[in-house]
Amino acid sequence: MDAFILSHVEHGVMTLTLNRPDRLNSFNEVMHGQLAECLTQAERDDAIRCLVITGAGRGFCAGQDLNDRNVDPSGPPPDLGYSVETFWNPLVRRLATLPKPVICAVNGVAAGAGATLALGCDIVVAARSANFVMAFSKLGLIPDCGGTWVLPRVAGRARAMGLALLGDKLSAEQAQQWGMIWQVVDDAQLSDTANQLARHFSTQPTYGLGLIKQAINAAETNGLDAQLDLERDYQRMAGRSADYREGVSAFLAKRQPQFTGK
Amino acid sequence: MSELLISRHDRVLQLTLNRPQARNALNNALLTQIADALESAQQDSNVGAVIITGSDRVFAAGADLQEMAEKDLAATLNDIRPRIWARIDAFSKPLIAAVNGYALGAGCELALLCDVVVAGDNATFGLPEITLGLMPGAGGTQRLIRCVGKSLATQMVLTGRSIDAQRAQQAGLVSEIYPVGLTTEYAISLAAAMAKHSPLALQAAKQALRQSQEVTLSAGLAQERQLFTLLSATDDRREGIAAFLAKRQPEFKGR
Repeated sequence: MDAFILSHVEHGVMTLTLNRPDRLNSFNEVMHGQLAECLTQAERDDAIRCLVITGAGRGFCAGQDLNDRNVDPSGPPPDLGYSVETFWNPLVRRLATLPKPVICAVNGVAAGAGATLALGCDIVVAARSANFVMAFSKLGLIPDCGGTWVLPRVAGRARAMGLALLGDKLSAEQAQQWGMIWQVVDDAQLSDTANQLARHFSTQPTYGLGLIKQAINAAETNGLDAQLDLERDYQRMAGRSADYREGVSAFLAKRQPQFTGK
Repeated sequence: MSELLISRHDRVLQLTLNRPQARNALNNALLTQIADALESAQQDSNVGAVIITGSDRVFAAGADLQEMAEKDLAATLNDIRPRIWARIDAFSKPLIAAVNGYALGAGCELALLCDVVVAGDNATFGLPEITLGLMPGAGGTQRLIRCVGKSLATQMVLTGRSIDAQRAQQAGLVSEIYPVGLTTEYAISLAAAMAKHSPLALQAAKQALRQSQEVTLSAGLAQERQLFTLLSATDDRREGIAAFLAKRQPEFKGR
């Protein structure tokens, strides 16, 4: 079977490369299945402490492969809800709840679900030549893969509306200026920058990082009261982690902490 | 190791379902152990409230299907299982279910039988019996509809689909949701808050709450008043009011 997802685990980092370069790494069902298997491994294996997602070739991901859907104009209308429910939504939920940092290294064009998938990752680093295209509106569709949720949160309502309704290309630099992504680097630096970040995370207190991620995600829907309660609860759990003890003893002993991620 | 772990936290008794190989399936042996433990707790004046919990991933994922499969109509007719459930239901002190993960079938019914359900944010409640060609047999069709209403109860029982902790809280099945890692200890602190009150008042209040499910409002109000009157004859009521007026902690004796 074709390897549409290249998976590489080293030094606590799992790097997943979307690998259908001739189709701009757009997703078909087989590719979704392969990615889902990799995520199961990332969820189960405590030794994996950071995830990097990137694309092979010149593009990052063009979202759904339209050839993989029923688009016969004379046929019955397709059920696009099926692939959203079966593949994209579980993917977004799993990345959001994965209790470890997810870095997206956007190496080229990210279009449709490819764009909204990237913007939903925890840390987005983009190559200077990369761009984001909310292509949905031009086909009469809506931004899925978390698009309508994440866009107003990362770009603000006005820009989210403009991006989603117009469907124009957004350069990586503009995305960074608008605060939608973490960093833009020269194309040649992308892989090194993402790997360096990932290696850093793989030595950090992963359990605590996971709680930070869940807390910030919860803040998107919580009020202040609920969020304060959640902070109390998560701090209570974080305070019991082995890494917190290690962090405190290393600080007091003026040495480098050795975090295990637990 | 025992399939029911019993531990104490001052006046709170904790029962932990511990059949990990069977996802805490409630066979007759385990249900009997729960009933036995509750009956001892009933007699023990040092126990004020009880919590029942499972593991982080599963509260109890149903009944024991092997055990059930062996029973034909005649054997099911004379099954001792309803009597074991009745013994559990007869416990008169506060009973709290602390549910992390799956509470399915009999596991869900056990949670529904408890006075309060608190849930971890990963909790799942469901009655999938229908998918096996049977139906809930230990209160699932009765207690669920009384707490979540007709539409959701019917949907759950007839589709066999489960609901998550959020939905269960909105619907009234669950009172509080906690992070998984804290569910048990928060349940213990809730039980401890109950257990420091007068045992007789707790018992009377629980009885009144239970009876609200059995009788009409006017009969319920009459019974409530009777129980209320009964408490007026207790030392604990005098102590409770005296302590409140003197701004000190009450010392209840259970008399």
